[in-house]
Amino acid sequence: MFLTQVLNGLQLGSIYALVALGYTMVYGIILLLNFAHGDIIMFGSYVAWIALVQLGLNPAIAVLLAIFGCVVLGVLIDKVAYAPLREAPRLSILITAIGVSYLLENGVQLLLGADAKVVPSIIDLGTVQVFGSTLSGTALLTVAVTIVATVVLTLLVQKTRLGKAMRAVSEDMGAARLMGVNVNSTISFTFAVGSALAGIAAILYSMAYQQVSPTMGVMLGTKAFVAAVLGGIGSIPGAVIGGLIVGFSEVFVAAFGLSVWQDAVVFLLLILVLVVKPTGLLGRPVTEKV
Amino acid sequence: MAAETTNTQAVGAGKTLLSVKDLNVSYGAIHAVQGISFDIHEGEIVTLIGANGAGKSTTLNTIAGLVKPDSGTITLDEKNLVGQRAHKIVEAGLALCPEGRRVFSRMSVAENLEMGGYTQPDSQNAKTVKMVYEHFPRLRERKNQLAGTLSGGEQQMLAMGRALMSRPKLLMLDEPSMGLAPLLIEEIFQIIRQLGDAGTTILLVEQNANMALKVADRAYVLELGKVAKHGTGQELLHDDDVRKAYLGA
Repeated sequence: MFLTQVLNGLQLGSIYALVALGYTMVYGIILLLNFAHGDIIMFGSYVAWIALVQLGLNPAIAVLLAIFGCVVLGVLIDKVAYAPLREAPRLSILITAIGVSYLLENGVQLLLGADAKVVPSIIDLGTVQVFGSTLSGTALLTVAVTIVATVVLTLLVQKTRLGKAMRAVSEDMGAARLMGVNVNSTISFTFAVGSALAGIAAILYSMAYQQVSPTMGVMLGTKAFVAAVLGGIGSIPGAVIGGLIVGFSEVFVAAFGLSVWQDAVVFLLLILVLVVKPTGLLGRPVTEKV
Repeated sequence: MAAETTNTQAVGAGKTLLSVKDLNVSYGAIHAVQGISFDIHEGEIVTLIGANGAGKSTTLNTIAGLVKPDSGTITLDEKNLVGQRAHKIVEAGLALCPEGRRVFSRMSVAENLEMGGYTQPDSQNAKTVKMVYEHFPRLRERKNQLAGTLSGGEQQMLAMGRALMSRPKLLMLDEPSMGLAPLLIEEIFQIIRQLGDAGTTILLVEQNANMALKVADRAYVLELGKVAKHGTGQELLHDDDVRKAYLGA
Protein backbone atom coordinates (compact mmCIF):
# COMPACT_ATOMS: atom_id res chain seq x y z
CA MET A 1 0.00 0.00 0.00
CA PHE A 2 2.77 2.39 1.00
CA LEU A 3 4.80 1.39 -2.04
CA THR A 4 1.79 2.06 -4.27
CA GLN A 5 1.47 5.55 -2.84
CA VAL A 6 5.17 6.20 -3.33
CA LEU A 7 4.86 5.16 -6.95
CA ASN A 8 1.78 7.36 -7.38
CA GLY A 9 3.77 10.28 -5.97
CA LEU A 10 6.63 9.50 -8.32
CA GLN A 11 4.25 9.27 -11.28
CA LEU A 12 2.53 12.57 -10.61
CA GLY A 13 5.82 14.19 -9.63
CA SER A 14 7.43 13.00 -12.86
CA ILE A 15 4.73 14.65 -14.95
CA TYR A 16 5.13 17.88 -13.00
CA ALA A 17 8.88 17.62 -13.40
CA LEU A 18 8.66 17.30 -17.19
CA VAL A 19 6.38 20.33 -17.37
CA ALA A 20 8.50 22.29 -14.88
CA LEU A 21 11.58 21.65 -17.04
CA GLY A 22 9.88 23.50 -19.89
CA TYR A 23 9.12 26.48 -17.64
CA THR A 24 12.59 26.56 -16.24
CA MET A 25 14.38 26.32 -19.61
CA VAL A 26 12.40 29.14 -21.18
CA TYR A 27 12.80 31.26 -18.07
CA GLY A 28 16.51 30.48 -18.00
CA ILE A 29 17.07 31.74 -21.51
CA ILE A 30 14.75 34.74 -21.91
CA LEU A 31 13.52 35.35 -18.33
CA LEU A 32 9.95 34.73 -19.46
CA LEU A 33 7.36 32.93 -17.37
CA ASN A 34 5.71 31.20 -20.29
CA PHE A 35 2.15 30.99 -19.00
CA ALA A 36 1.10 29.28 -22.23
CA HIS A 37 3.28 26.28 -21.38
CA GLY A 38 0.47 24.38 -19.61
CA ASP A 39 -1.75 24.90 -22.64
CA ILE A 40 0.87 23.35 -24.89
CA ILE A 41 0.31 20.15 -22.89
CA MET A 42 -3.42 20.50 -23.42
CA PHE A 43 -2.77 20.89 -27.15
CA GLY A 44 -0.56 17.78 -27.19
CA SER A 45 -3.24 15.75 -25.44
CA TYR A 46 -5.83 16.89 -27.99
CA VAL A 47 -3.51 15.94 -30.84
CA ALA A 48 -3.23 12.47 -29.28
CA TRP A 49 -7.03 12.29 -28.89
CA ILE A 50 -7.65 13.35 -32.50
CA ALA A 51 -5.06 10.91 -33.79
CA LEU A 52 -6.42 8.00 -31.75
CA VAL A 53 -10.17 8.61 -31.77
CA GLN A 54 -10.95 10.73 -34.82
CA LEU A 55 -8.35 9.32 -37.17
CA GLY A 56 -7.93 5.90 -35.60
CA LEU A 57 -4.17 5.96 -36.02
CA ASN A 58 -1.67 3.60 -34.48
CA PRO A 59 -0.88 4.67 -30.88
CA ALA A 60 2.85 4.98 -31.62
CA ILE A 61 2.11 7.41 -34.44
CA ALA A 62 -0.31 9.31 -32.19
CA VAL A 63 2.44 9.71 -29.60
CA LEU A 64 4.90 11.03 -32.16
CA LEU A 65 2.29 13.37 -33.64
CA ALA A 66 1.48 14.76 -30.20
CA ILE A 67 5.12 15.47 -29.40
CA PHE A 68 5.74 16.91 -32.85
CA GLY A 69 2.58 19.05 -32.58
CA CYS A 70 3.78 20.48 -29.27
CA VAL A 71 7.20 21.32 -30.72
CA VAL A 72 5.66 23.11 -33.70
CA LEU A 73 3.21 25.00 -31.49
CA GLY A 74 5.90 26.00 -28.97
CA VAL A 75 8.26 27.34 -31.64
CA LEU A 76 5.39 29.06 -33.44
CA ILE A 77 4.25 30.81 -30.25
CA ASP A 78 7.79 32.10 -29.73
CA LYS A 79 8.13 33.32 -33.32
CA VAL A 80 4.72 34.95 -33.56
CA ALA A 81 4.08 36.26 -30.06
CA TYR A 82 7.37 36.56 -28.15
CA ALA A 83 10.14 37.20 -30.67
CA PRO A 84 8.76 40.61 -31.77
CA LEU A 85 8.87 41.66 -28.10
CA ARG A 86 12.45 40.57 -27.40
CA GLU A 87 13.59 44.14 -26.73
CA ALA A 88 10.33 45.23 -25.08
CA PRO A 89 9.86 45.56 -21.30
CA ARG A 90 9.40 42.22 -19.59
CA LEU A 91 5.88 43.04 -18.52
CA SER A 92 4.73 43.26 -22.16
CA ILE A 93 5.92 39.78 -22.98
CA LEU A 94 4.48 38.40 -19.73
CA ILE A 95 1.06 39.79 -20.57
CA THR A 96 1.42 38.39 -24.08
CA ALA A 97 2.07 34.96 -22.57
CA ILE A 98 -1.16 35.20 -20.59
CA GLY A 99 -2.94 36.26 -23.79
CA VAL A 100 -1.54 33.28 -25.71
CA SER A 101 -2.71 31.01 -22.92
CA TYR A 102 -6.30 32.32 -23.15
CA LEU A 103 -6.18 32.15 -26.93
CA LEU A 104 -5.24 28.48 -26.86
CA GLU A 105 -7.79 27.52 -24.21
CA ASN A 106 -10.64 29.36 -25.87
CA GLY A 107 -9.57 28.43 -29.39
CA VAL A 108 -9.69 24.73 -28.57
CA GLN A 109 -12.97 25.20 -26.75
CA LEU A 110 -14.41 26.92 -29.81
CA LEU A 111 -13.24 24.25 -32.21
CA LEU A 112 -13.77 21.10 -30.17
CA GLY A 113 -16.20 22.05 -27.42
CA ALA A 114 -15.77 22.65 -23.70
CA ASP A 115 -16.56 19.12 -22.57
CA ALA A 116 -13.85 16.66 -21.59
CA LYS A 117 -13.00 13.94 -24.09
CA VAL A 118 -11.95 10.43 -23.23
CA VAL A 119 -8.53 9.36 -24.47
CA PRO A 120 -8.43 5.62 -25.01
CA SER A 121 -5.57 3.62 -23.58
CA ILE A 122 -2.41 4.14 -25.60
CA ILE A 123 -0.72 1.03 -24.33
CA ASP A 124 -1.85 -1.47 -21.72
CA LEU A 125 1.03 -2.26 -19.42
CA GLY A 126 -1.00 -4.04 -16.78
CA THR A 127 0.29 -4.20 -13.20
CA VAL A 128 3.30 -5.55 -11.40
CA GLN A 129 3.28 -7.18 -7.96
CA VAL A 130 6.18 -6.08 -5.75
CA PHE A 131 6.31 -7.08 -2.05
CA GLY A 132 2.56 -7.54 -2.08
CA SER A 133 1.89 -4.09 -3.53
CA THR A 134 0.19 -3.68 -6.87
CA LEU A 135 2.14 -1.26 -9.03
CA SER A 136 0.74 0.18 -12.23
CA GLY A 137 2.78 -0.35 -15.38
CA THR A 138 1.81 3.11 -16.62
CA ALA A 139 3.25 4.69 -13.48
CA LEU A 140 6.49 2.75 -13.82
CA LEU A 141 6.75 3.79 -17.48
CA THR A 142 6.12 7.43 -16.54
CA VAL A 143 8.95 7.40 -14.03
CA ALA A 144 11.31 5.65 -16.45
CA VAL A 145 10.54 8.05 -19.30
CA THR A 146 11.11 11.03 -17.01
CA ILE A 147 14.45 9.72 -15.83
CA VAL A 148 15.58 9.16 -19.43
CA ALA A 149 14.31 12.58 -20.53
CA THR A 150 16.10 14.33 -17.68
CA VAL A 151 19.38 12.56 -18.34
CA VAL A 152 19.18 13.31 -22.08
CA LEU A 153 18.32 16.94 -21.39
CA THR A 154 21.20 17.33 -18.94
CA LEU A 155 23.67 15.86 -21.42
CA LEU A 156 22.27 18.08 -24.16
CA VAL A 157 22.70 21.23 -22.10
CA GLN A 158 26.08 20.35 -20.60
CA LYS A 159 27.87 18.63 -23.45
CA THR A 160 26.57 19.65 -26.86
CA ARG A 161 27.40 22.70 -28.91
CA LEU A 162 23.78 23.84 -28.93
CA GLY A 163 23.48 23.26 -25.20
CA LYS A 164 26.52 25.42 -24.55
CA ALA A 165 25.06 28.10 -26.79
CA MET A 166 21.87 27.93 -24.72
CA ARG A 167 23.82 28.41 -21.51
CA ALA A 168 25.78 31.28 -23.05
CA VAL A 169 22.62 33.02 -24.26
CA SER A 170 20.97 32.53 -20.88
CA GLU A 171 23.92 34.15 -19.14
CA ASP A 172 24.60 37.05 -21.49
CA MET A 173 22.69 37.36 -24.75
CA GLY A 174 24.89 40.17 -26.08
CA ALA A 175 28.14 38.35 -25.34
CA ALA A 176 26.74 35.17 -26.93
CA ARG A 177 26.02 37.15 -30.10
CA LEU A 178 29.63 38.31 -30.12
CA MET A 179 30.70 34.66 -30.12
CA GLY A 180 28.80 34.13 -33.35
CA VAL A 181 25.81 32.44 -31.72
CA ASN A 182 22.55 32.94 -33.59
CA VAL A 183 20.51 33.98 -30.58
CA ASN A 184 17.12 33.69 -32.27
CA SER A 185 17.62 30.14 -33.42
CA THR A 186 19.04 29.21 -30.02
CA ILE A 187 15.89 30.54 -28.36
CA SER A 188 13.73 28.65 -30.89
CA PHE A 189 15.65 25.50 -30.09
CA THR A 190 15.01 26.03 -26.37
CA PHE A 191 11.28 26.39 -27.02
CA ALA A 192 11.41 23.25 -29.17
CA VAL A 193 13.06 21.21 -26.42
CA GLY A 194 10.76 22.56 -23.69
CA SER A 195 7.72 21.83 -25.85
CA ALA A 196 8.92 18.33 -26.70
CA LEU A 197 9.06 17.65 -22.95
CA ALA A 198 5.55 19.10 -22.70
CA GLY A 199 4.48 16.70 -25.46
CA ILE A 200 5.91 13.76 -23.54
CA ALA A 201 4.14 15.02 -20.41
CA ALA A 202 0.90 15.29 -22.39
CA ILE A 203 1.10 11.63 -23.37
CA LEU A 204 1.98 10.48 -19.86
CA TYR A 205 -0.80 12.61 -18.41
CA SER A 206 -3.33 11.24 -20.89
CA MET A 207 -2.23 7.71 -20.03
CA ALA A 208 -2.73 8.42 -16.33
CA TYR A 209 -6.03 10.29 -16.43
CA GLN A 210 -7.42 9.29 -19.83
CA GLN A 211 -9.21 12.53 -20.46
CA VAL A 212 -8.58 15.90 -22.05
CA SER A 213 -10.34 19.24 -21.71
CA PRO A 214 -9.52 22.75 -22.91
CA THR A 215 -8.60 23.94 -19.41
CA MET A 216 -6.65 20.86 -18.29
CA GLY A 217 -3.39 22.79 -18.72
CA VAL A 218 -4.30 25.49 -16.23
CA MET A 219 -3.92 23.64 -12.94
CA LEU A 220 -1.26 21.30 -14.34
CA GLY A 221 0.70 24.28 -15.62
CA THR A 222 0.32 26.23 -12.38
CA LYS A 223 1.46 23.30 -10.24
CA ALA A 224 4.44 22.69 -12.50
CA PHE A 225 5.24 26.38 -12.34
CA VAL A 226 5.16 26.14 -8.56
CA ALA A 227 7.48 23.13 -8.86
CA ALA A 228 9.93 25.12 -11.00
CA VAL A 229 9.95 28.05 -8.58
CA LEU A 230 10.18 25.71 -5.59
CA GLY A 231 13.24 24.02 -7.07
CA GLY A 232 14.77 27.32 -8.16
CA ILE A 233 13.63 28.61 -11.52
CA GLY A 234 16.31 28.34 -14.20
CA SER A 235 17.75 25.18 -12.63
CA ILE A 236 17.24 21.82 -14.38
CA PRO A 237 17.78 19.59 -11.33
CA GLY A 238 15.70 22.11 -9.37
CA ALA A 239 12.74 21.58 -11.71
CA VAL A 240 12.92 17.80 -11.26
CA ILE A 241 13.21 17.99 -7.48
CA GLY A 242 10.44 20.61 -7.33
CA GLY A 243 8.19 18.42 -9.48
CA LEU A 244 8.74 15.41 -7.26
CA ILE A 245 8.10 17.40 -4.07
CA VAL A 246 4.83 18.76 -5.45
CA GLY A 247 3.74 15.33 -6.72
CA PHE A 248 4.57 13.58 -3.45
CA SER A 249 2.87 16.16 -1.27
CA GLU A 250 -0.32 15.94 -3.30
CA VAL A 251 -0.44 12.16 -3.23
CA PHE A 252 0.36 11.87 0.46
CA VAL A 253 -2.07 14.57 1.51
CA ALA A 254 -4.75 12.68 -0.42
CA ALA A 255 -3.63 9.37 1.08
CA PHE A 256 -4.19 10.77 4.57
CA GLY A 257 -7.75 11.50 3.55
CA LEU A 258 -7.21 15.24 3.19
CA SER A 259 -7.70 15.47 -0.55
CA VAL A 260 -9.62 18.76 -0.27
CA TRP A 261 -6.29 20.23 0.90
CA GLN A 262 -4.37 18.75 -2.00
CA ASP A 263 -3.98 21.99 -3.98
CA ALA A 264 -3.61 24.23 -0.94
CA VAL A 265 -0.69 22.20 0.38
CA VAL A 266 1.24 22.76 -2.86
CA PHE A 267 0.90 26.52 -2.62
CA LEU A 268 1.58 26.47 1.10
CA LEU A 269 4.85 24.65 0.38
CA LEU A 270 5.74 27.30 -2.16
CA ILE A 271 5.17 30.08 0.33
CA LEU A 272 7.23 28.29 2.98
CA VAL A 273 10.17 27.70 0.63
CA LEU A 274 10.10 31.25 -0.67
CA VAL A 275 10.08 32.66 2.86
CA VAL A 276 13.10 30.60 3.86
CA LYS A 277 14.96 30.61 0.53
CA PRO A 278 13.61 33.14 -1.97
CA THR A 279 15.66 31.76 -4.89
CA GLY A 280 14.13 28.29 -4.46
CA LEU A 281 15.90 25.13 -3.31
CA LEU A 282 18.61 25.03 -5.99
CA GLY A 283 18.28 28.59 -7.27
CA ARG A 284 21.32 30.75 -7.73
CA PRO A 285 21.77 33.76 -5.51
CA VAL A 286 20.97 36.91 -7.45
CA THR A 287 24.21 38.69 -6.60
CA GLU A 288 27.02 38.13 -9.05
CA LYS A 289 30.64 39.11 -9.10
CA VAL A 290 31.20 42.03 -11.42
CA MET B 1 50.19 61.97 -53.71
CA ALA B 2 53.24 59.74 -53.90
CA ALA B 3 54.41 61.00 -50.56
CA GLU B 4 51.09 60.20 -48.96
CA THR B 5 51.14 56.65 -50.27
CA THR B 6 54.62 56.12 -48.86
CA ASN B 7 53.46 57.52 -45.58
CA THR B 8 50.56 55.07 -45.30
CA GLN B 9 52.82 52.22 -46.32
CA ALA B 10 55.36 53.17 -43.68
CA VAL B 11 52.75 53.11 -40.97
CA GLY B 12 50.30 50.43 -41.99
CA ALA B 13 51.78 47.07 -42.85
CA GLY B 14 49.41 46.01 -45.58
CA LYS B 15 46.21 46.61 -47.47
CA THR B 16 43.15 48.21 -45.96
CA LEU B 17 41.32 45.65 -43.83
CA LEU B 18 38.56 47.68 -42.19
CA SER B 19 37.16 50.86 -43.62
CA VAL B 20 34.63 53.01 -41.80
CA LYS B 21 33.16 55.96 -43.69
CA ASP B 22 30.86 58.75 -42.46
CA LEU B 23 29.44 56.63 -39.69
CA ASN B 24 26.47 58.12 -37.84
CA VAL B 25 24.88 56.38 -34.87
CA SER B 26 22.14 57.58 -32.52
CA TYR B 27 20.58 56.26 -29.35
CA GLY B 28 17.16 57.86 -29.45
CA ALA B 29 17.75 61.59 -29.44
CA ILE B 30 21.46 61.27 -28.66
CA HIS B 31 23.65 61.50 -31.74
CA ALA B 32 26.56 59.50 -30.30
CA VAL B 33 28.69 59.10 -33.42
CA GLN B 34 28.69 61.96 -35.92
CA GLY B 35 30.32 61.15 -39.21
CA ILE B 36 33.37 59.18 -38.10
CA SER B 37 35.72 57.80 -40.80
CA PHE B 38 38.83 55.72 -40.35
CA ASP B 39 40.80 52.87 -41.90
CA ILE B 40 42.75 49.98 -40.45
CA HIS B 41 45.42 48.22 -42.46
CA GLU B 42 46.37 44.59 -42.12
CA GLY B 43 48.79 44.00 -39.26
CA GLU B 44 48.25 47.36 -37.59
CA ILE B 45 47.30 48.23 -34.06
CA VAL B 46 44.99 51.22 -34.23
CA THR B 47 43.54 52.90 -31.19
CA LEU B 48 40.55 55.15 -30.68
CA ILE B 49 41.04 57.36 -27.66
CA GLY B 50 38.79 59.98 -26.13
CA ALA B 51 36.81 60.90 -23.08
CA ASN B 52 33.70 59.18 -21.76
CA GLY B 53 30.87 59.69 -24.23
CA ALA B 54 33.14 60.45 -27.17
CA GLY B 55 31.54 57.57 -29.07
CA LYS B 56 34.35 55.02 -28.87
CA SER B 57 32.39 52.04 -27.59
CA THR B 58 29.42 52.94 -29.78
CA THR B 59 31.70 52.79 -32.80
CA LEU B 60 32.94 49.32 -31.85
CA ASN B 61 29.46 48.04 -31.05
CA THR B 62 28.24 49.32 -34.41
CA ILE B 63 31.06 47.61 -36.28
CA ALA B 64 30.26 44.39 -34.40
CA GLY B 65 26.62 44.62 -35.46
CA LEU B 66 25.17 45.11 -31.96
CA VAL B 67 23.97 48.62 -32.82
CA LYS B 68 22.51 49.74 -36.15
CA PRO B 69 23.99 52.92 -37.67
CA ASP B 70 21.80 55.70 -39.09
CA SER B 71 24.10 56.06 -42.07
CA GLY B 72 27.62 55.35 -43.24
CA THR B 73 29.50 52.33 -44.50
CA ILE B 74 31.62 49.73 -42.78
CA THR B 75 33.58 47.25 -44.88
CA LEU B 76 35.85 44.40 -43.86
CA ASP B 77 38.02 43.16 -46.72
CA GLU B 78 35.74 45.17 -49.01
CA LYS B 79 32.69 43.25 -47.81
CA ASN B 80 29.86 45.34 -46.42
CA LEU B 81 29.07 44.80 -42.73
CA VAL B 82 26.24 47.29 -42.22
CA GLY B 83 22.91 45.53 -41.73
CA GLN B 84 24.55 42.16 -41.16
CA ARG B 85 23.55 40.40 -37.98
CA ALA B 86 26.16 40.17 -35.23
CA HIS B 87 26.74 36.44 -35.59
CA LYS B 88 27.33 36.82 -39.34
CA ILE B 89 29.90 39.52 -38.65
CA VAL B 90 31.83 37.11 -36.42
CA GLU B 91 31.80 34.63 -39.29
CA ALA B 92 33.12 37.36 -41.58
CA GLY B 93 36.22 37.60 -39.39
CA LEU B 94 35.62 40.24 -36.79
CA ALA B 95 35.74 39.69 -33.04
CA LEU B 96 34.85 42.16 -30.32
CA CYS B 97 36.16 41.68 -26.80
CA PRO B 98 33.51 43.76 -25.06
CA GLU B 99 33.79 46.38 -22.38
CA GLY B 100 33.49 44.91 -18.91
CA ARG B 101 34.85 41.55 -20.19
CA ARG B 102 31.50 39.77 -20.04
CA VAL B 103 32.89 36.29 -19.67
CA PHE B 104 30.35 33.52 -19.12
CA SER B 105 30.84 33.30 -15.36
CA ARG B 106 28.91 30.05 -14.89
CA MET B 107 30.95 28.27 -17.55
CA SER B 108 34.52 27.01 -17.15
CA VAL B 109 37.50 28.75 -18.72
CA ALA B 110 37.74 25.99 -21.32
CA GLU B 111 34.03 26.28 -22.12
CA ASN B 112 34.34 30.04 -22.51
CA LEU B 113 37.11 29.48 -25.04
CA GLU B 114 34.96 26.89 -26.75
CA MET B 115 32.20 29.48 -27.06
CA GLY B 116 34.73 31.86 -28.59
CA GLY B 117 35.37 29.26 -31.29
CA TYR B 118 31.65 28.71 -31.86
CA THR B 119 31.87 29.56 -35.56
CA GLN B 120 34.95 27.41 -36.14
CA PRO B 121 35.28 23.65 -36.68
CA ASP B 122 36.47 21.61 -33.68
CA SER B 123 39.71 20.64 -35.40
CA GLN B 124 40.55 24.32 -35.83
CA ASN B 125 39.61 25.13 -32.23
CA ALA B 126 41.98 22.47 -30.92
CA LYS B 127 44.84 24.34 -32.62
CA THR B 128 43.67 27.84 -31.72
CA VAL B 129 43.24 26.99 -28.06
CA LYS B 130 46.92 25.98 -27.88
CA MET B 131 47.88 29.36 -29.33
CA VAL B 132 45.64 31.13 -26.81
CA TYR B 133 47.18 29.20 -23.90
CA GLU B 134 50.63 30.23 -25.15
CA HIS B 135 49.67 33.90 -24.98
CA PHE B 136 47.82 33.42 -21.68
CA PRO B 137 49.50 30.60 -19.73
CA ARG B 138 47.42 31.43 -16.67
CA LEU B 139 44.27 30.39 -18.51
CA ARG B 140 45.69 26.92 -19.06
CA GLU B 141 46.33 26.55 -15.32
CA ARG B 142 42.72 27.48 -14.66
CA LYS B 143 40.97 25.86 -17.57
CA ASN B 144 38.55 23.83 -15.45
CA GLN B 145 37.73 26.69 -13.11
CA LEU B 146 34.45 28.61 -13.47
CA ALA B 147 35.13 31.94 -15.15
CA GLY B 148 33.18 33.78 -12.43
CA THR B 149 35.82 32.77 -9.88
CA LEU B 150 38.72 34.33 -11.81
CA SER B 151 40.27 37.65 -10.81
CA GLY B 152 39.53 40.74 -12.90
CA GLY B 153 42.84 40.49 -14.76
CA GLU B 154 42.34 36.80 -15.49
CA GLN B 155 38.81 37.50 -16.72
CA GLN B 156 40.21 40.12 -19.09
CA MET B 157 42.73 37.59 -20.39
CA LEU B 158 39.92 35.08 -20.84
CA ALA B 159 37.79 37.63 -22.69
CA MET B 160 40.70 38.37 -25.03
CA GLY B 161 41.54 34.71 -25.51
CA ARG B 162 37.87 33.95 -26.17
CA ALA B 163 37.75 36.66 -28.85
CA LEU B 164 40.88 35.21 -30.48
CA MET B 165 39.25 31.77 -30.70
CA SER B 166 37.22 32.85 -33.73
CA ARG B 167 40.53 33.50 -35.55
CA PRO B 168 39.48 37.04 -36.39
CA LYS B 169 41.01 39.09 -39.17
CA LEU B 170 40.42 42.04 -36.88
CA LEU B 171 40.35 41.88 -33.10
CA MET B 172 38.53 44.75 -31.41
CA LEU B 173 39.29 45.39 -27.74
CA ASP B 174 36.98 47.65 -25.78
CA GLU B 175 38.61 49.13 -22.66
CA PRO B 176 40.79 46.13 -21.79
CA SER B 177 42.47 48.01 -18.92
CA MET B 178 39.24 49.03 -17.22
CA GLY B 179 39.20 48.36 -13.49
CA LEU B 180 42.58 46.62 -13.42
CA ALA B 181 45.53 47.29 -11.12
CA PRO B 182 48.49 49.12 -12.75
CA LEU B 183 50.71 46.03 -12.87
CA LEU B 184 48.00 44.05 -14.60
CA ILE B 185 47.42 46.86 -17.07
CA GLU B 186 51.11 46.62 -17.99
CA GLU B 187 50.71 42.90 -18.48
CA ILE B 188 47.59 43.25 -20.63
CA PHE B 189 49.26 45.83 -22.85
CA GLN B 190 52.34 43.65 -23.20
CA ILE B 191 50.10 40.89 -24.45
CA ILE B 192 48.39 43.29 -26.87
CA ARG B 193 51.82 44.22 -28.26
CA GLN B 194 52.71 40.53 -28.44
CA LEU B 195 49.52 39.76 -30.37
CA GLY B 196 50.25 42.66 -32.72
CA ASP B 197 53.79 41.41 -33.29
CA ALA B 198 52.37 37.98 -34.08
CA GLY B 199 50.43 39.60 -36.92
CA THR B 200 47.00 40.18 -35.37
CA THR B 201 45.29 43.35 -36.58
CA ILE B 202 43.85 45.15 -33.57
CA LEU B 203 41.43 48.00 -33.03
CA LEU B 204 41.82 49.18 -29.47
CA VAL B 205 39.48 51.50 -27.62
CA GLU B 206 40.93 52.92 -24.42
CA GLN B 207 40.49 55.62 -21.85
CA ASN B 208 44.04 54.97 -20.74
CA ALA B 209 45.39 57.09 -23.61
CA ASN B 210 48.99 56.91 -22.48
CA MET B 211 49.22 53.12 -22.65
CA ALA B 212 47.10 52.94 -25.78
CA LEU B 213 49.22 55.44 -27.74
CA LYS B 214 52.42 53.66 -26.71
CA VAL B 215 51.23 50.34 -28.05
CA ALA B 216 49.46 51.63 -31.16
CA ASP B 217 50.81 52.16 -34.66
CA ARG B 218 48.18 54.77 -35.37
CA ALA B 219 45.55 56.54 -33.34
CA TYR B 220 42.36 58.55 -33.75
CA VAL B 221 41.20 61.00 -31.12
CA LEU B 222 37.42 61.13 -30.80
CA GLU B 223 35.68 64.14 -29.32
CA LEU B 224 31.89 64.31 -28.99
CA GLY B 225 31.31 61.79 -31.73
CA LYS B 226 33.79 63.18 -34.24
CA VAL B 227 37.39 62.47 -35.20
CA ALA B 228 39.29 65.43 -33.76
CA LYS B 229 42.81 64.29 -34.65
CA HIS B 230 44.68 61.37 -36.05
CA GLY B 231 48.28 60.35 -36.47
CA THR B 232 50.79 57.76 -35.40
CA GLY B 233 50.83 56.73 -31.77
CA GLN B 234 54.15 58.51 -31.25
CA GLU B 235 52.94 61.73 -32.91
CA LEU B 236 49.91 61.93 -30.67
CA LEU B 237 51.89 61.04 -27.56
CA HIS B 238 53.86 64.24 -28.18
CA ASP B 239 50.97 66.36 -29.41
CA ASP B 240 50.34 69.28 -27.06
CA ASP B 241 46.53 69.17 -27.22
CA VAL B 242 46.45 65.44 -26.66
CA ARG B 243 48.91 65.71 -23.79
CA LYS B 244 46.80 68.35 -22.11
CA ALA B 245 43.44 66.68 -22.65
CA TYR B 246 44.23 62.98 -22.23
CA LEU B 247 47.67 62.47 -20.77
CA GLY B 248 47.40 64.85 -17.84
CA ALA B 249 50.57 66.70 -18.85
